[in-house]
Amino acid sequence: MRAEARLGFILLLTPLLLWLTLLIIIPHIDMFLISIRERVAVRTYETGFANYLTFFTEPLYLVTFMRTALMSVLATVMTLIIAFPVSYYIAKIAKGRLQSALFLLCLVPFWVSELVRTFGWMILLRETGIFSNLLQFVGIVDGPVEMLYNDTAMMVGLIYTSMLFMVVPLVTTLESLDDSVIEAGYDLGGNAITVTREIVIPHATPGIVSGCIVVFMLSLGNYLTPTMLGGKESLWFTELIYSQFIVRFNWELGAAFGFLLLGLSSFIVWIALRLTGQTLEKTMG
Amino acid sequence: MTPDLECVKLTKTFDTIKAVDDVSFQVPAGSFFSILGPSGCGKTTIMRMVAGFLDPTSGDIQIKGKSVLDIAPNKRPVNMVFQHLALFPMMNIGDNIGYGLRRAGASKAEIATKVGEVLERIGLPGIAERKVDQLSGGQKQRIAIARCMVLEPDVLLLDEPLGALDLKLREHMKIELKSLQSAFDTTFVYITHDQSEALVMSDQVAVMNEGRFEQLGTARELYYDPKTPFVAGFVGDSNRWSGTVDASSGNEVRIKTVSGVSLTGSAQGRPLAKGDRAQVFVRPEAIRVALKADGISAFENRIVGTVSSLLFNGANSRVLVRDDASGGEIDVALPQSGEFASLTKGAPLHIGWNAGQATCFAGGTE
Repeated sequence: MRAEARLGFILLLTPLLLWLTLLIIIPHIDMFLISIRERVAVRTYETGFANYLTFFTEPLYLVTFMRTALMSVLATVMTLIIAFPVSYYIAKIAKGRLQSALFLLCLVPFWVSELVRTFGWMILLRETGIFSNLLQFVGIVDGPVEMLYNDTAMMVGLIYTSMLFMVVPLVTTLESLDDSVIEAGYDLGGNAITVTREIVIPHATPGIVSGCIVVFMLSLGNYLTPTMLGGKESLWFTELIYSQFIVRFNWELGAAFGFLLLGLSSFIVWIALRLTGQTLEKTMG
Repeated sequence: MTPDLECVKLTKTFDTIKAVDDVSFQVPAGSFFSILGPSGCGKTTIMRMVAGFLDPTSGDIQIKGKSVLDIAPNKRPVNMVFQHLALFPMMNIGDNIGYGLRRAGASKAEIATKVGEVLERIGLPGIAERKVDQLSGGQKQRIAIARCMVLEPDVLLLDEPLGALDLKLREHMKIELKSLQSAFDTTFVYITHDQSEALVMSDQVAVMNEGRFEQLGTARELYYDPKTPFVAGFVGDSNRWSGTVDASSGNEVRIKTVSGVSLTGSAQGRPLAKGDRAQVFVRPEAIRVALKADGISAFENRIVGTVSSLLFNGANSRVLVRDDASGGEIDVALPQSGEFASLTKGAPLHIGWNAGQATCFAGGTE
């Protein structure tokens, strides 16, 4: 019996271990080895941190890195601000069929690929697009307006892409808040602002933090949206990694960039967890 | 003196259902008022209207003589203890109790003193720093009351707050609630479906059914002098027979039941004429038990039966007696004086009760 249980445990564990070692641990070790390899001549390499040094000495890399981080944080905060009232409405105010219908509406856009969704925005925002034509038709502007290829368009795209990943954890935590607790908050003299601040937000903190972590990671690692909606000015750090690997064939520098991005995202998530007093187990469990 | 709470012709309609139908009552200052009724009778609706979470379809709610219909729930001088207490799990005990004071704009020092005082009064001093989930059920109960009482409301509403507690604790909390009420000297309006909670604690009880008040009175009145068949059946236990009136003379009526037994009961002023359909209610504890026929010879109603089952429950032991003549079963309280200790299933038993103990009402369907 005991031996059988043990066998079952091993069999269940194997896929997880295989997945972790083959797809996560080994590639990362290999990546790290590549990143600390310096090319001194053709096909001769030395071990050293020159690739990392290059990053810190080249302003374009550093600026893009910081910009990507700040824009991702901004996208996360804006997603939260938009998603919170939406989630509150779905979880607490809408009832029955309306509730499921609204939740489904949030989900439906994700049935098509991110590429298609981004093209949707391009159709809306481009010079010959729907918004531009509408503005001309109404008479607000004289000529066609280009709304694509700038930070705002990119931000809109990032928020739109991340929305669901914020709404789901928020709806889940808000649903677990007992209605009578909210009513008690009003009954004892609170108004909408104080009840939200003292009762709803503290209760929803694990959901807010887990949603923010997911959205932040998705934005930071997003490649498609910044490339398609952002302009020349809105360079994203993933685009730099792509160009090192694919365009320049400089795998060493690309790998170093990859590790820096991993370090950055882990650092920002750690800071966010410390600031909100949450732990990773609490928010993800 | 103006009553603390007065409802005038209060009505609430949901779509086509009348949840509360033309209910009027007054709650005098400092009294313990209960609304007792089965679930779905509309008692929670009344409470939510008084608290301000629902608007009445028509009628008025007055607190200390002033209508509060236009006042939002967070401004009303009433507070509510919720069914599952609704303590704020994200705050410690001190912050829970201080929440209302913070909303009212009290200073930090003032909040700290008041919270300390109220914790002292409920007998839990020095637990302000504890978390909500570190408390027992009874302690949470007291915190929920303290959280409201610290705001000194005119009326405290309690929505079945003892429902979630186990039996022993519930018995204990009944006494405690009553003493808290007199300690704070505040008007309590308590709703429950548990008759013993209502009867033990209240100065006045309103029995509610299908949106209406069936009867309003003291616990004693409801028990000894029910005005409607619903109250007779709902408050306390009752044996019930239905039949037709055979003869009536003054207050005494003779009723022939469906199963063919002839019973004498008291109409208590209700008009019951020969041929009317009627029902009779007799409490198990009003029935006298005897081993021999002469033990019950003084009673108007006498039945000879056999013990069909013995339900031992300490002081509340019952015996089910099958009537030999009609075959109907009668629920009888069994005195624990030792006389009936040897009673066994199948033993013959004589039971009887006075006409005054059998309350008769007109109507009845079967």
